Amino acid sequence: MSIEVQHISKTFGSFVALDDVNLTVPTGQLVALLGPSGSGKTTLLRVIAGLEQATPAPGIDSGIRFHDEDVSHTPVRHRKVGFVFQHYALFRHMNVFENGAFGLRVARPRSRKLQIQERVHQLLALIQLEGLAHRYPSQLSGGQRQRVALARALAVQPKVLLLDEPFGALDAQVRQELRRWLRRLHDQLHVTSVFVTHDQDEALEVADRVVVMNRGRVEQVGTPDEVFHHPATEFVMHFLGQVNQFHGRVEEGRVRFGNLELPFPQYAHNQDGAARVFIRPHDVTIDTKTNGLPSIQATIERIHSAGAVVRLEMRTDAGQLLFAEISQERFATMHLTYGGTVFVRPRHIRVFTDDYDNCTRSAPLSI
Amino acid sequence: MARFKRHHALPGFGLTMGFTLCYLSLIVLIPLSTLLLRSAGLGWSGLWQTATSPRVLAAYKLTFGASVIAAGINGLFGFIVAWTLVRYRFPGKRFVDAMVDLPFALPTAVSGIALTAVYSANGWIGRHLDAIGIKAAFSPLGVTIALTFIGLPFVVRTLQPALEDLDMEVEEAASSLGANRIQTLQRVILPSVMPALLTGFTLAFARAIGEYGSVVFISGNMPMKTEIVPLLIVSKLEQYDYAGAAALGLSMLMISFVILLAINGIQWWSQRHRAGA
Repeated sequence: MSIEVQHISKTFGSFVALDDVNLTVPTGQLVALLGPSGSGKTTLLRVIAGLEQATPAPGIDSGIRFHDEDVSHTPVRHRKVGFVFQHYALFRHMNVFENGAFGLRVARPRSRKLQIQERVHQLLALIQLEGLAHRYPSQLSGGQRQRVALARALAVQPKVLLLDEPFGALDAQVRQELRRWLRRLHDQLHVTSVFVTHDQDEALEVADRVVVMNRGRVEQVGTPDEVFHHPATEFVMHFLGQVNQFHGRVEEGRVRFGNLELPFPQYAHNQDGAARVFIRPHDVTIDTKTNGLPSIQATIERIHSAGAVVRLEMRTDAGQLLFAEISQERFATMHLTYGGTVFVRPRHIRVFTDDYDNCTRSAPLSI
Repeated sequence: MARFKRHHALPGFGLTMGFTLCYLSLIVLIPLSTLLLRSAGLGWSGLWQTATSPRVLAAYKLTFGASVIAAGINGLFGFIVAWTLVRYRFPGKRFVDAMVDLPFALPTAVSGIALTAVYSANGWIGRHLDAIGIKAAFSPLGVTIALTFIGLPFVVRTLQPALEDLDMEVEEAASSLGANRIQTLQRVILPSVMPALLTGFTLAFARAIGEYGSVVFISGNMPMKTEIVPLLIVSKLEQYDYAGAAALGLSMLMISFVILLAINGIQWWSQRHRAGA
């Protein structure tokens, strides 16, 4: 069951939560809505669920479609969505079994006890909580509660599954475990799913496609590889991992930033323009001596060597903070010290320029 | 004995426990025990006779019957009032909220006179009720109205915090699972606030049993018809029949205690499984 979001806007008073959002979620995919708080990702999820009504836009063909069926005016209880809340929202006065059976019981109050029992126990087996059917939510851990919430949502065989920061309230280790588990579960069930997160690692690890949102708009839609390696906008570049930013100029096929000047054939105009240059910390090579190749001179301020990679904080002569990541092996051979001078050579950069028509172009550059 | 001597990191158990026992004895236990002493003068048969005379039995019926009905009405409408006050924002909300407390604050005699004025056959509301053949004041209905009036704040004030605790997401979860509003109310909201609702009901009921001031004006105090037990006690006192008054008091005490114990039992039973953790 695919989900199609067409020209959806939502305002709360003067605050624009969603600004003309368009989105297609193909059948059977697991899609992440990724963005900082206030970016509108939860609002979009709630509009898809029907828990929130989109602000009507006269004259625009807007709506929500589940597999070509317009559900914009269908109330939430008839939309057949499974919704999982960040804080579980379990029924506290019901045990695990009753929570799971709730959807089945309200749908057909006279349905056979045996059928309900069978279905719920099947689900409890799926979430690996069979032994805890008679526990109450207060007797479960956070991770267990969220699994019960998921089972409860799946019990009614929803057309789409919507999860609002499902792991947001859990501690780091349980989070890691549960997101891998969710991925496996999705591979088993193939129900079209959308989950909201502000954690880029989570989105990149779990989702088939990532929708990056900012200020009520969709910045980019793509596979995790696409959004990470080919960010379409500066916001996406910033949001997906740490990045060093330089302000520079472009002119006649060259880009200049810091004390560097590099060929940049993507910009051939002879009138110069402003450029923002981004360098990922892992896309640089550090040397203690200059070897003639273009590099930025900097002084080491901090060294974090406790980790899979060694992270360096440096300051350029112009006073700009610069982050780099190098492997432990390379670090071991280099004898870096606080206050030492190093030469930072970027291997890949991404340049954003403003065109004449004021739209931003991005281009990668390997050196 | 060693069980009680478990030491806490913070001192204070001995002092506060001693104070609690002493205070309860002075304020509750000793005065109530004089009831027992006073009525003992009558002996078992005298006690039984006083407490079961037809006029007294009729008063029991009215007192407990009207109290249950009033507490029940308050349970239903108090829930709606509390829900409105918790869930919605509207102009004058603070004013309405303050109004709920009026029955607490008003001297009961004042409310009794006011209610009588409004509900008597020529009062504002009583006139219209009279027109359709309902006699509000000076009837058991009038007693129920007065008891409903004084019980309302108990239900509303105990329900408000419970309803505030109720998570909107839980209702959203219910409707996303296909429940309509009535199913959500029945299966999710009511069970969640049931302990608070029961507490409110109990408090309103207990208050209604003991109510005197507001009832005596509106009831008309007709023997066998609209006399409540507290009134009988007062009239016995006025006739210097202290033992008889104490006997009635003792019987009220017993019945109330058993009823409150039973309601607490129900509450304990309904809460038993959510205590879990």
